[in-house]
This record gives sequence, C-alpha cells and structure tokens, in this order.
Amino acid sequence: MEAEAAKLIGAGLAMTGMIGAGIGVGNIFGSFLTGALRNPSAAGSQIGNLFVGAALAEALGILSFVLGILLYSA
Amino acid sequence: MADPLHQFQIQPLTPEVVVDVPLIGQQTIAFTNSHLAMTVAFGMVVLFLTLVTAGAKVVPGRMQAAGETLFGMIDGLVDSIIGHDGRKLFPFVFTIFLFILAMNFLGLFLSFTATSQIAVTATFGVITILMVLAIGFIKHGVKFFTLFVPSGVPWPVLPFVVIIEFVSFLLRPVTLTLRLFGNMMGGHVALKVFAGFAVIAVGGAIGWLGVPVFILSLGMTVGLTALEFLVAFLQAFVFAVLTTIYLNDVVNLGHGH
Repeated sequence: MEAEAAKLIGAGLAMTGMIGAGIGVGNIFGSFLTGALRNPSAAGSQIGNLFVGAALAEALGILSFVLGILLYSA
Repeated sequence: MADPLHQFQIQPLTPEVVVDVPLIGQQTIAFTNSHLAMTVAFGMVVLFLTLVTAGAKVVPGRMQAAGETLFGMIDGLVDSIIGHDGRKLFPFVFTIFLFILAMNFLGLFLSFTATSQIAVTATFGVITILMVLAIGFIKHGVKFFTLFVPSGVPWPVLPFVVIIEFVSFLLRPVTLTLRLFGNMMGGHVALKVFAGFAVIAVGGAIGWLGVPVFILSLGMTVGLTALEFLVAFLQAFVFAVLTTIYLNDVVNLGHGH
C-alpha cells in the first residue's frame, strides 16, 4: 500500500473516535430530558451541569478529531 | 473543490520583519489576518461595553439590557460556583468570556476565525491554568498539593487516585485548548465542505443531478451556519464555566464540594 493512501485511511479511522463522543453527548442530553420531564421545576438549575457534562464528553471526541486532522495534513 | 483547510492559513498583511528575540532566536513577525481578527474582536468588546454603559438608566433600553444579560449571566455563574470569594475573580472570567465570544462570532462574519488557531486557544488555556496555580500557591502555599488527595478514599487505592487526579489536572489546559480549537475548526470545515458541494453542483460537473444536490447542500450550509452561532456562544460559555470550576478548586480548597 502506498504511504499516502495509508495516511488517509488512518485519518479516517481516527475519526471513528467521534462515535464514543456522540454516544456520550446523546446520553447526557437524553438523560437530562428524561429527568427534566419528570421534575421540570428542578431542570433550570441543572442547565450549567448539563453543558459542562456535554463539554467534557465532547472533549474526548475532539481529541480524535484533532488526531485525524493532524494525520490528514501531516 | 476548494481546499476546506485553506481558510485557516495565516497570511501576513504587512511586509515581514525578521527580529532577534532573546532566548528564542530569530523570528519573522508581521501584522497577520489572525492579528487583525483579534484586534477587531478586542475593539468590538470595548465598543460594545462602552455603548451599553454610556447612558445607563434605571430602566434599561435594548442595548443596555443586552449588556446586563451577559454581565448578569457570568456574575451569577461565578457567584453560584465560587460563592462569596468569586467577586474578585469575576473580571478575569468575564474578560475571557467576552473576548472568546467576540472572536467566535466575528469568525462567522469575517473570513477568518482567530479561535480556530491552536496558538490562540492554547494561550487562553495556559493563562487560565497559570492563574489557578498562582492563586493556589499564594492562598494555600504547600497545602495546594492536597488538591490531588481527595478525602474519604480508602488507603489501598489512594496512590492510584492521587496519580489519576494529578494527570487529570495536567490535562485540564490541554482539553480547554483542544475543545475550543476543535469545535471552531470542525464547524468551519463542515461549513466549507457543504459550500464546496454547492459550488460543484453549480459548475455542472454532475449534469442535471446538480439541481437537487445544490438545493440540499445550500440548505445544509444555511442550517449549519445557524448551528455555528449556537456553538460559538456555547463554547465561550463552556470555557467560562470550566475556568470558574478550576478556579473554585483552589479558592475553596478542601471544602468546595
């Protein structure tokens, strides 16, 4: 296999790390909605926690995205 | 298709000058498009805050209400997370929040996003973590290291927990940097890729099939632009929230939780 092709395949494979981040962020927002619909009066105070949780889960996916971009443009 | 990564290139706007910096060596400096975007963002923040506080009234007008909402949001955030001591740290968090917000929003209007440069976001991450270290050591001295020793952990697992806490502390500036950089860069790459599809369809490279492709990709571009406005605000807000949480760890060391 040519090195150029292997590099592009590697960049694409690195992007699969985003799957985990997608599951994580979806899980956080889904759980938030489940909780918020059961107790809407407490939902407003948890918006900050919601976004912090989503940001922390997303950061790990962003790491794989950065690796993919690094491989692609290396 | 045009290269979607071309938009992130730094281009000098003035003639380049080579200077000799002590300790670092020879550096080429020039007034670049990144520098221009940051200067415009800085000017926008100063202009906005000057305008909203120019004719301050008891019953706020539209402009003043916008400024007060931003101010009140960060004020409430710092107050609810850090508490009583947060008042002293509010200017730091508010400055970082407004500057990142202005650069993110300007990236959607200009052709260049300053926060999609890892050098810019890394500077913010390093400033934040240096602030945390400085406050921790000035306020608590050597007791700062108890930050890595959580209470109530059984002693057999304590060494491992300390190592994990220490590594996660070292990773904080890295994730702060990469989250902002990755979100801004990823969003703008996606925008340009879909805009590139629309250009290909108009060019007639795929015949009459280009009509539905053009409609779909242009619709996607419009939708993504709307989403990018949300992301631009959200990432600035998340940066401010995480900065506040990290500062809270050292301000209320040992009794913050």
